[in-house]
Amino acid sequence: MSSITKETVCYVADLARLYLTDEEIEQMTESLNKILEFEEQLNSVNTDNVEPMAHAVPLNNVMREDVVEESMPIREAMLNAPDEVEGFFRVPRIIEKD
Amino acid sequence: MDILKKSVLELRELLDKGEISSREIVQAYIDRIEKTEPKLNSFVTLTFEEALKDADRADEMIRNKTHTTLTGIPIALKDNISTYHVKTTCSSKMLENYRPPFDATVVELIKQAGMPILGKTNMDEFAMGSSTETSYFGPTKNPWNLEYVPGGSSGGSAASVAAKQAPLALGTDTGGSIRQPAAFTGIVGIKPTYGLVSRYGVVPFASSLDQVGPFARTVAESAALLSLIAQYDKYDSTSLNNPRPDYLRSLEKDVKGLRVGVPKEFFIDGLDAEVEQAVRKAVKALEDQGAEIVDIELPHSDKALATYYIVATAECSSNLARFDGVRFGHRSENTKDSVTMFKHTRAEGFGPEVKRRIMLGTYALSAGYYDAYYLKALKVRRLIKEDFDKAFTKVDVIITPTTPSTAFKFGEKVQDPIAMYLSDVFTTTANLAGIPALSMPAGLSSNNLPIGVQIIAPSLAEEVMLSTAYSIEKALGSIGLPELEV
Repeated sequence: MSSITKETVCYVADLARLYLTDEEIEQMTESLNKILEFEEQLNSVNTDNVEPMAHAVPLNNVMREDVVEESMPIREAMLNAPDEVEGFFRVPRIIEKD
Repeated sequence: MDILKKSVLELRELLDKGEISSREIVQAYIDRIEKTEPKLNSFVTLTFEEALKDADRADEMIRNKTHTTLTGIPIALKDNISTYHVKTTCSSKMLENYRPPFDATVVELIKQAGMPILGKTNMDEFAMGSSTETSYFGPTKNPWNLEYVPGGSSGGSAASVAAKQAPLALGTDTGGSIRQPAAFTGIVGIKPTYGLVSRYGVVPFASSLDQVGPFARTVAESAALLSLIAQYDKYDSTSLNNPRPDYLRSLEKDVKGLRVGVPKEFFIDGLDAEVEQAVRKAVKALEDQGAEIVDIELPHSDKALATYYIVATAECSSNLARFDGVRFGHRSENTKDSVTMFKHTRAEGFGPEVKRRIMLGTYALSAGYYDAYYLKALKVRRLIKEDFDKAFTKVDVIITPTTPSTAFKFGEKVQDPIAMYLSDVFTTTANLAGIPALSMPAGLSSNNLPIGVQIIAPSLAEEVMLSTAYSIEKALGSIGLPELEV
């Protein structure tokens, strides 16, 4: 495990789709390094031949009959839309015009 | 009659005899909230009008004899539990004006039972914090002493029950968010077995760890609420489909011959002497009633916090990806293009602790670091669970302190994330292992703050956890409720 640089913080912020100010990048680098230092202790645990466990209970697919049921009305689904046009969510243009 | 001092079970009797109405109960709690709320800030949203209507419906149910144990008893809900058309903010700017188009399954159960909902309680933003100090709407105060935090993240729910603003409340517990505030405010809080209570409609933080659970003043009252919410739900694919007992009936079980484990790893250097003393007293109370006390080892539990912060943040970074300003929640004015809109929406909508956890989780899952952090943490998680599996071959329940110390003051830990995280050092193990755990009051410190003791049980062994707690409660007596001057 290694320490995290400002460049890595910027890269991770981009992955997380999170805009950070220069000041936030400084603070984030410092606090993440402190937390990663704390995380170093995991290295002292011998985990050879240990299977990772993502869930404490066994997970199974839950199957059901494929039958049509009542679903949420469009009005309700659009209730919180920041920008709605005729039952659609409007977002900034994604594909550039020629 | 002082309605606020009556237990839920006493209120049930009075309701059944027709000596009181649900409307009177709800009105008494509304009056109390109005008086105390300016000091405490337990709630984000109050729903008095609807609560009174619900009370009238409950009184109707009681007249028609279609009522159940909690019909007519009011409740407060943590603000990450979806309520139809009633704001569900997660104490975040991101969801400041969000009105869910559906009820969480636990809310449906509460409404079906005829429980009036008093309001939505304050919390750490998106349940990330241990003091309510990360709430966008300002912190909640501890009713025992207004200079101290109530704990978190379910601090509003805990404070509301301790301050008699509500007889019952629901919270969520991902790493201790029910048990730690229960300990800090001197009440009972339960984190059930993973899968016992539906998570459908509960805004997710870390999906493999989150559970909904009750807050109450006493063990019996918490058992009554657990019985109501512990139902199989087809809308939650992790819901366990097994029979649920009536937890109220399990309380009286004798602890004679019960094997009680005391793990040495929980009695560490940083443990407050008064907290240790209180836990030893609770252990002694069980021994006096015929329980067998066994020294046990949970050798990986000192790595639980480090494991938890990787697992929880990794899951949160994925869960919180949904907040992009497209379908609901805050949207930035800066909409030059989609990615800019996402980045600024999230920058404006999330507070510093949420950002920090998203960053840590994204880092732990990113190429090149995945094996070193996330995969490593999942392996240690298995070792932590295996420690419990081994321990539970020797003992029936485990007893520990809930937190290393009593409540801390505002501002004391907010600048130092590690110090804040350390208040969860004893609670995260149960979430990682998926097993039930309860915190209950076990005494008061010399500066008059509550001390919590934790009882941990094997998967789906809520009954023995509750009967153990009930025995301790009977032996130690109540610490009472805070004298909140208003």
